Amino acid sequence: MSKTVPNDQKLDVAPPYNAVARHGVSPQPSHDEIARFDFLANFNKFMASTLSPGNKLAYDKRVLPAFLKEHGREPQDRFEIRHAMNKDPFHKFWSALKRNSMEMRQQNGRAIVLRQIDELNAKARQYNEGAQGVKSTLELNPEIAVPRYQSAVDIHCMPGSYHGEELPGDVSAGANYDCGIFATTGGGLGALTDGGGQALVDWIKKERPGWEPRRVLDIGTTVGHNIVPLALAFPDCEFIAIDTAAPILRYAHARAQSLGATNIKFIQANAEDLSRWDDGTFDWVQTTMFLHETSGKALPKIIAEGYRVLADNGLMLHLEQPEYSDAMPLFEQFLRDWDAFNNNEPFWSSMHALDMKDEMVKAGFDRDELFETGVRAVVDREIFPEAPTGEDEDHGRAAFWHAYGAWKNADQMQEAAE
Amino acid sequence: MTEQVFDWMAAANKKAKGKRPEYFDDPEDERMLSILMAVVGEVSVLRERMDTVERLLDAKGTISRDDIESYTPDKEAAYERGAMIREYIYRVMRGPHQMVEELQHAEPPVEEVSKELKEI
Ligand SMILES: C[S@@+](CC[C@H](N)C(=O)[O-])C[C@H]1O[C@@H](n2cnc3c(N)ncnc32)[C@H](O)[C@@H]1O
Repeated sequence: MSKTVPNDQKLDVAPPYNAVARHGVSPQPSHDEIARFDFLANFNKFMASTLSPGNKLAYDKRVLPAFLKEHGREPQDRFEIRHAMNKDPFHKFWSALKRNSMEMRQQNGRAIVLRQIDELNAKARQYNEGAQGVKSTLELNPEIAVPRYQSAVDIHCMPGSYHGEELPGDVSAGANYDCGIFATTGGGLGALTDGGGQALVDWIKKERPGWEPRRVLDIGTTVGHNIVPLALAFPDCEFIAIDTAAPILRYAHARAQSLGATNIKFIQANAEDLSRWDDGTFDWVQTTMFLHETSGKALPKIIAEGYRVLADNGLMLHLEQPEYSDAMPLFEQFLRDWDAFNNNEPFWSSMHALDMKDEMVKAGFDRDELFETGVRAVVDREIFPEAPTGEDEDHGRAAFWHAYGAWKNADQMQEAAE
Repeated sequence: MTEQVFDWMAAANKKAKGKRPEYFDDPEDERMLSILMAVVGEVSVLRERMDTVERLLDAKGTISRDDIESYTPDKEAAYERGAMIREYIYRVMRGPHQMVEELQHAEPPVEEVSKELKEI
């Protein structure tokens, strides 16, 4: 191909998919499968940085003026903005392109995984089974039902969701989830998609130097992306990672074992009912990008159960995108809501409208035990760029999270946030 | 013959549960855009493959399919390929990109300009 790259200028391009690290159960992509993800990663960058500003222009220049004319007032909430924007030709086209990019990511990921599903299942079995059958660090409980909030639609347009199987007992859901995140985040989460977990390790080591938690609970672990770094950082600590979906747990366990995180026990369990654990069992209860995939009634139950099993002086920490506070402009709330309605995240909008502090107080915390902080993905900056925030960010997918936390009954020991 | 052959190509296309939003007035436009975007992606894949072949030929003079499959760009090549994809994306996305510019600067129809020029 002709040389089109000026040497003196650094363009914002996604790192190559080759830079994604392989572990014991990674699907092996062919040359062209890599190229598909390279295209999508760069396309999503283009969508977020170059086309997305058109949404605000369309709003300011024609959608808002038309709304004011028709209603004689400003839009009251993000829903009114969405209904008005959904009629705008620019926003419609942008949304259609973005929806296609999400669908292509799923198709591309599934094609890589499903063509080699027998090999992947065999590799997973090698890590999951020992001489005595399934290792004790993987506990699947088929009686755990898939909650309605997980089965109503396939979350983020992932066909089959977390719990679906293409072949009985397979790991396809986990492998597809794992291999395609690079495409939607432009590599912003790092080589092992664990930039959030790496950030947690850095954060806790600064926040509580020398602290050695005895037992940590990760709720809704999926493939364990963000708990493996913590397990490696605290090798003497016992980690319990739960999820309702068996296929991703099979993959998660094999992945963790292959990465040397043998101190995590993966258990199929529903976080709404943690009765198998006594009060005060854990020193740390963690959720990462999880609560927005539950429901109005499940979320308070899960936080209350988390509170109960948390020991005094223990840490509860939730990593999510920022909530829709009154300080956040309605237009930004509307953009952040895109995934709710266009990418099958049906609880996303309601969840981000909750006041997480109130939810944690309802679960039993004292208000002055609570803190908030920002957590930015920690990745190898040599290869992986810092994910943009602000105007250029792909709202809802930025590798920068809001952490809602509390140290149980230890308010005097905890300075608020950064 | 077993009828239980797992058709992974068909399975890869599985639809996500949940009604798909409609973005255009004509549902056929939804399908057309999905085909077009898939082709846009595939052309990018072909270009990247071509780039791999050219780089390998430059370096070695003769290559095998295995060389292509196992090719890993170094840092500089990775950046150049990223820029190549970016350039390609800008070219095919000219239409929507120009919509952003139109939104920045509203312009009168050329017919109006034509009338104006007649008078000056
Ligand atoms: C977005 S993912 C979480 C991502 C993950 N924590 C990470 O850091 O990569 C949500 C996960 O929560 C699981 N889940 C949903 N409801 C649950 C529940 N009530 N109890 C346990 N897991 C649940 C889903 O199966 C899914 O794997």
